[in-house]
Amino acid sequence: MTADISKHALVPKHTKVSDSEKDKICAAHNINSMQLPKIFKEDPAISKLGVKAGDVIKIERHSKTAGVVSFYRVVIDE
Amino acid sequence: MNHDVHKKIISINFGFFSPKQVTDVASAKVVTPELYDREGYPVDGGLMDLRLGVIDPGLRCKTCGQKLKECPGHFGYIELARPVIHVKFVRHVLDLLKSTCKSCARVLIPEENHKRYITFLNKVQEEEGFEARRRKIKEIVGKYKLKEKCPHCSAKQEKIKLEKPYNFYENEIRLSPIEVRARLEKIPQEDLSVFGFKENEFRPEWLVLTILQIPPVTMRPSITLESGERSEDDLTHKLGDIVRINQRLFENINAGAPEVIIEDLWDLLQYHITTFFDNAVPQLPPARHRGGQVLKTIASRLSSKEGRIRHNLAGKRTDFSARTVISPDPLIDLNEVGVPLVMAMRLTVPERVTEWNKEYLKKYVQNGAKKYPGANYVIKFDGKRKTITDETKEEILEELDTGYVVERHLIAGDIALFNRQPSLHRMSMMCHKVKILPGRTFRLNPAVCNPYNADFDGDEMNLHIPQTEEARSEAKVLMLVETQLISPRYGLSVVGCIHDAITGNYLLTKELVLTRPEAADLLYNCGVTDLSRLPNKEKIDGKEVFSMLLPADFSFIGKDKSGNEVKIVNGSLKSGVMDKSNLGQESGLMLRNIYETYGPSYTATLLGKISKLGIVVLARRGFSIGVRDMDLPQETRDEIQSIIQKSEDDVVRFIDQFYAGKLESLPGRTVQETLEVKIMEALNRARNKGADIAMRQVVNSTALTMAKCGSRGNPLNIAQMSAIFGQVALRGKRIEKGYKERTLSYFKKNDLSPKARGFIRNNFKSGLTPHEFFFGAMVGRDALMDTALRTPKSGYLYRRLSNAMQDLKVEYDGTVRDASSKIIQFAYGEDGLDVAKTKGGVVDVKKIVQHVLGVTQ
Repeated sequence: MTADISKHALVPKHTKVSDSEKDKICAAHNINSMQLPKIFKEDPAISKLGVKAGDVIKIERHSKTAGVVSFYRVVIDE
Repeated sequence: MNHDVHKKIISINFGFFSPKQVTDVASAKVVTPELYDREGYPVDGGLMDLRLGVIDPGLRCKTCGQKLKECPGHFGYIELARPVIHVKFVRHVLDLLKSTCKSCARVLIPEENHKRYITFLNKVQEEEGFEARRRKIKEIVGKYKLKEKCPHCSAKQEKIKLEKPYNFYENEIRLSPIEVRARLEKIPQEDLSVFGFKENEFRPEWLVLTILQIPPVTMRPSITLESGERSEDDLTHKLGDIVRINQRLFENINAGAPEVIIEDLWDLLQYHITTFFDNAVPQLPPARHRGGQVLKTIASRLSSKEGRIRHNLAGKRTDFSARTVISPDPLIDLNEVGVPLVMAMRLTVPERVTEWNKEYLKKYVQNGAKKYPGANYVIKFDGKRKTITDETKEEILEELDTGYVVERHLIAGDIALFNRQPSLHRMSMMCHKVKILPGRTFRLNPAVCNPYNADFDGDEMNLHIPQTEEARSEAKVLMLVETQLISPRYGLSVVGCIHDAITGNYLLTKELVLTRPEAADLLYNCGVTDLSRLPNKEKIDGKEVFSMLLPADFSFIGKDKSGNEVKIVNGSLKSGVMDKSNLGQESGLMLRNIYETYGPSYTATLLGKISKLGIVVLARRGFSIGVRDMDLPQETRDEIQSIIQKSEDDVVRFIDQFYAGKLESLPGRTVQETLEVKIMEALNRARNKGADIAMRQVVNSTALTMAKCGSRGNPLNIAQMSAIFGQVALRGKRIEKGYKERTLSYFKKNDLSPKARGFIRNNFKSGLTPHEFFFGAMVGRDALMDTALRTPKSGYLYRRLSNAMQDLKVEYDGTVRDASSKIIQFAYGEDGLDVAKTKGGVVDVKKIVQHVLGVTQ
């Protein structure tokens, strides 16, 4: 029995970011994508997304202070 | 302080000294264990040889010709009669022995893999750094060290065992260090890189010492005792042992002594050299002084809190600092610190002489070091320091000129940094202005206790005097107490009125009506000199007196502690009372709003005035407490007793039901738990009811006043004094254990009654029965233990957090990044707000809009 944890109420929404948007994010912060926070390719929250290393994941979190907050992570393996 | 650069360090290399390097850097060979000759002069070739450096004043080093303090010391060496294994490298030696062939000395890795590993390791190092390479080496070496046959010469391999600390055995036959060394010598240069040794900088046989480096005398100075006797350093003692044994070993070998004797001496030499490096090798008895005290050798000089690293390198000491006990002084400003006169005469501030301040500084020099305010030193053009004494005073006054620096005593108004450990947040170290006071303690305004987390039960604090104009202005602008009023943690004032200051203002604004002279007196005493705003009438209300302190254009609407509206219109308090929720620390928006509108300096002054007003009001009015305050009329006491009795009866009924098996369990609980819940409920209800009744009776008590305005105490404290203490709870439950099946031997076994399980029906005034007292003490002890155990735990937790986050900072684009500019958070706190600029963490948009539009409330 495996549960799809991405459906769980406490797991924020993870989505893959398009390449053009990825470049936009990097440009906005004047960084290369490896300077973003990281997430393992095997992370249960993104296992269903079919991403590869180097992709950027957008996480929409609900914050007590700021409503919905987008957070970005770059996928890495190991 | 200008030094020419002769040589520039490009890189530092850590490695192992070869025997040749040891002799090359050595300036003396030590051959005799004697230290001094009959005249007390260091013996040539002894451990205190003058070529190894000087530690006596007047003597000159024979190597560099310099005097004491100038000569850095020079290394020497001794030649060992027999080789000895270096304890700190036995692990490496073992690895090398195990993974090389006993006959051809090649690594036990087949030729074809050898190359591959080396390229692999180089790649790992390039990509992941040296640490990763070390890990990989360990893996590879571990894989091959148990091979049975050499892949190069097919020789059979024997098992090599290490008997700690330094004896090697091959098939139960001991390998002497000579044999070990011989094997290591045979290992070919190119095989070394697999172990992670650099090919051209290291030979494994160096790990077996044939020559021992002698540290310079400057690192092991002897101490001359009062009796004129010399006491040598522990290291010198140890080296003496080594040289002595080495000498004897030489003699015995030359004389052809039996092998057993030589073996014994050799072993002893190994022991001494081992303890010279590390006197805490687990398997060896530590070397001791005659008195039994353990010798402090090289390893113990470096390690631990008192070691070279943490004590001397990481730990810094500072001049121009002071430490003493703190005590309160509500009459000094928030920005001030009271410094004892005796300290002010030792702490100095350098002031450069200019045309314009020459006469002013001369006065200090004139006073000298012993008369306050004076000066202790002058510094001349060439940087030479001159002490001001009665003899030198005239001369100094004569020559004092522009460009000199006078180190004058600390005077009122000087800038100082004040700090209390643990320095957990930035308000733990703030800048204060000095105020010189008699006595021996630092004085501080009790309102700043909160940011420092200080109290006066013996706390000590540190004071630092910045020595340059730059440091002083930086401290003043960035760290002055008034600039730190608003906490970056919750956006409210960290300082506020406390205790009497709150009570005083509460009484003043709530009920006091004063005559005009009385009001003027109060205001004058807290620093108000302009009384023109004081209403021109006979009787003046307390609220009007308080309003005098507020700025004339200040308006504010808030709530007091009991929820009533507090309204300030154009600098006059219209309704509501001043209590903790507006004056107190960490609460209320009144101080926050004043800070926002009128700035830090104004707020600090105002806070000082309000505090003083409160204290003066209490002093004039009188404020005291007595046992009588806790008196309840007989009827009330009877009422409370009957309530308690009723609940206890309820409890007895529950217990009976429980034993009869008729108690129905609550969902998710056992019957026992249900009983406990019901009993707790009934008893707490009794306590609350009793407390309520008591509170209705205790009306004119100062204790109640304090509880109401929030300065000290709460209604529960009053109830516990006057009505009923209530149930004692140990970890959320009634008292359960102590003796077998009962709490105290005074009770019957399995007694579930309130009395036997820590219900205290008395109050502090009526007095507790012995068992009630004991139950109270149990909880008190438990709470004490809890805090004692929790403090270091949470302290360590905090330390780890602050160390992990110390290099995070908010960049100009609003992101939080670490030192390598990796992003940690895209907006600080997810909302990008600077909490110190919010009001309790919220931005009051409505007020900002009103302000912009010019709407007044």
